[in-house]
Amino acid sequence: MSNSPGLVSPPSFFSCFHCGLPVPDGAHYPIQYEGHEEQACCRGCQAVAQTIIDSGQGAYYTHRTALPATPQIAESELKKLGLYDLPEIQESFVRVEAEHIREAALILENIVCAACIWLNERHIAQLPGVLSVEINYATRRARVRWDNSRIQLSDILKAVSDIGYIAHPFDPGRSDDIYRRERNTAIKRLAIAGLGMMQVMMYALPTYTATDMTDDIRMLMSWASLILTIPVVLYSAWPFFLGAWRDLKRKTPGMDVPVALGVGSAFVASIYSTFSGHGEVYYDSVTMFVFLLLTGRFLEMNARRRAGAAVEELVKLIPAATTRLPDYPATTEEEVPVVRLKVGDHILVRPGETIPADGVVVSGDSAVSEALLTGESLPVSKSAHARVIGGSLNQASPLVIRVDKLGADTRLAAIVRLLDRAQSEKPRIGKMADRAAAWFVGLLLVITALVGLAWYLIDPSRVLWIVVSILVVTCPCALGLATPAALTTATGRLTRLGMLTTRGHALETLARMTDLVFDKTGTLTRGQLSVRQVIPAAGHDAARARAIAAALEAGSEHPIARALREGAASGVSVEQVRNQPGQGVEAMIGGVRHRLGTPAFASACCRTDLVPPPSPDGESWVVLANDDGLIAWFGLADSPRADAAQALRALEQQGIRLHLLSGDGEAAVAATARQLGIGVWRANALPEDKLAYVKALQDEGRVVGMVGDGINDAPVLAAAQVSIAMGEGAEVAQAAADMVMLGQRLAILADGVALARKTHRIIRQNLGWALGYNLIAIPAAALGHVTPWMAGIGMSASSLLVVLNALRLADFKGENPLPQPAVPQRKPA
Amino acid sequence: MEILYLLIPLSLVLVGVIAWIMIWAVRAGQFEDLEGPAQSIIMDDDNPAPDDSTTKKEQ
Repeated sequence: MSNSPGLVSPPSFFSCFHCGLPVPDGAHYPIQYEGHEEQACCRGCQAVAQTIIDSGQGAYYTHRTALPATPQIAESELKKLGLYDLPEIQESFVRVEAEHIREAALILENIVCAACIWLNERHIAQLPGVLSVEINYATRRARVRWDNSRIQLSDILKAVSDIGYIAHPFDPGRSDDIYRRERNTAIKRLAIAGLGMMQVMMYALPTYTATDMTDDIRMLMSWASLILTIPVVLYSAWPFFLGAWRDLKRKTPGMDVPVALGVGSAFVASIYSTFSGHGEVYYDSVTMFVFLLLTGRFLEMNARRRAGAAVEELVKLIPAATTRLPDYPATTEEEVPVVRLKVGDHILVRPGETIPADGVVVSGDSAVSEALLTGESLPVSKSAHARVIGGSLNQASPLVIRVDKLGADTRLAAIVRLLDRAQSEKPRIGKMADRAAAWFVGLLLVITALVGLAWYLIDPSRVLWIVVSILVVTCPCALGLATPAALTTATGRLTRLGMLTTRGHALETLARMTDLVFDKTGTLTRGQLSVRQVIPAAGHDAARARAIAAALEAGSEHPIARALREGAASGVSVEQVRNQPGQGVEAMIGGVRHRLGTPAFASACCRTDLVPPPSPDGESWVVLANDDGLIAWFGLADSPRADAAQALRALEQQGIRLHLLSGDGEAAVAATARQLGIGVWRANALPEDKLAYVKALQDEGRVVGMVGDGINDAPVLAAAQVSIAMGEGAEVAQAAADMVMLGQRLAILADGVALARKTHRIIRQNLGWALGYNLIAIPAAALGHVTPWMAGIGMSASSLLVVLNALRLADFKGENPLPQPAVPQRKPA
Repeated sequence: MEILYLLIPLSLVLVGVIAWIMIWAVRAGQFEDLEGPAQSIIMDDDNPAPDDSTTKKEQ
């Protein structure tokens, strides 16, 4: 976050007490903490810190392990909180318990460490009228109960924003409930199987080792084991039987079939033996078998869910509110929920707000970022009569918009529909383990049948026991654990490296990816303008020109202004600043009129025609001039991420073909492609074009991966065999993607591919081992040499080996290890 | 060895009790948040500020 590349920002003597950013010169925002004065960097931090300390929770500052984001207090946002008190809005997310008792689920933003949870819990709990508050550390969700006659929901939300966090009410919805129930059931099944396994083993061990055991005791042991195994088979192993039944109906035998076969036959044979008093009992093998497999599945379920939840909750946020102007052109304002808007309504969209629906600008002049929708990385300027798209972000100044399309008719909704279609048409890649399982099951059944037949001819009394011992000893256990153990470990490792896996198949597909398609906006570039080039006129100095430009743009939040300010010296004082929206800014410096902006705007000032220099790298030019003539040209462009080139080289070395598809203009895309050395690129690509491009590659038999971040990319992300969304991109894109990149390091892609390939190898080794083991075990069992204790040891040893082999993935180190910052990266305020 | 006729049924009962406790714990939501309690115990207020919380109790 240093200003100029290559320069490390000097250690600041004053970093903000609250957020840790340097305190700007001349800022004075004191905070009283434990009897002495500390400095904050801005009013926001000061207010938040003072609230925290005054409410007696100053201990937060000694306990926190990560720095919070700089709080941004938007008055307009606070005003809208009142909407959450309306009964019709509350209907979707508030549960009414008694007359006044309400309960709501909130998602907390900006939580960075355990101290944040503690602070929020304490702060909300001490509000009068709040009955209880519970924050789940893992999901960052809060459950609040309050007495509606004493406190309103908006007061609670406001209290949270007072201490620098943001709370969104959200609808926990049905899928959440279903997940909770599934997880609880899984824990119960696992617990029953685990208890059963341990206790049955206690009964089994003496029968294997004791030499002087009477038959009575032996019978007692096997009856006790039977009682314990019944719930394990009928309750814990039930999903395997269900799965096997489903597989058989669909005629696609998966892992569940051999599992069900092994468990079922061993259990039935053991019951027969217990009742009849002769033959072998396999209760220990059965329970261990069920427990090990359930553990594998439980881990897999957790890893998948943790990744998916973060994405899902963003999509489930309650629709925001907007400002309606009911009597436009009169300026009376009212805050209404977006759902209550009607076609023809006039709405006011302030800078920093998202436009809630498609419409036409009636008045105002602003820059609007449509990056998430169209892929165009730079803000588009909008004035009266321009069309705006719902979901785009107003950046510069207020706009009055007449709504003409809502809900399902909007552009956004159309993209979501395209997404659904693409997702359903996605080419499926069969899972390796399932394919292996299908072979294995077929082979196993044939062998078992043949061996059974052979023994029927030799000694009919032993057929049952030989067949059961084959089914038990063939150990689909190792086969069943081979894939989940490796995938779970790799997924966990990958998450720590900075890449979330949201769909199960992602890792397998990533390992086989041959082509990777990038979307330029926000993936390879920073999505942020910066000054690339300064061409001063004769007699002028570049640094001085930048300082003037920075001073002129000091008050503006326009992206161009931000770029010009970044890294420029200060110390020029300007007077009479006048902003001409869409054109530029004018001000007096030392009595001389200066203009900064478009060539036409600046030309009018110095009365000469200013012709912008050529822009081979896709820069856009801004000119600075005064009454005497031209001072300097500034070439602005979006710059590639710092590690982009290196990351792409690493991918190429892995034999992956790189493509660049972008919605941006030809010049900008060509420049980026050239800078980063990508051979295949296409500019001005619409979502439909990108989809067609990816489908064409797939038709050639390539396995296509896609990296994107915009809503416009969502359909393509869904269509690619494996898709990766950027963490800071649009939520819809993340929901459509198989993986989400956290942070901004592109190098993680190459690491991800390397890890995926290693996982692939380990799964193969595991499957190979499971099959190799069976090559020895099956003949031994077929010849009648396998006793139950041998089957038990063989099963646990081979399962253990498979798991240990998978654990080797846990200490995978990428080529590009994550620089471990003491404090997580924050977005610049 | 006769003691086994008592001990083995007893162990079955014991397993049953443990299983019932486990199921109760799952139903009661003890497994919903496995990270939070570990963190919040560290955050307990060891040195409460001399203001509201303590003074309130004294009143």
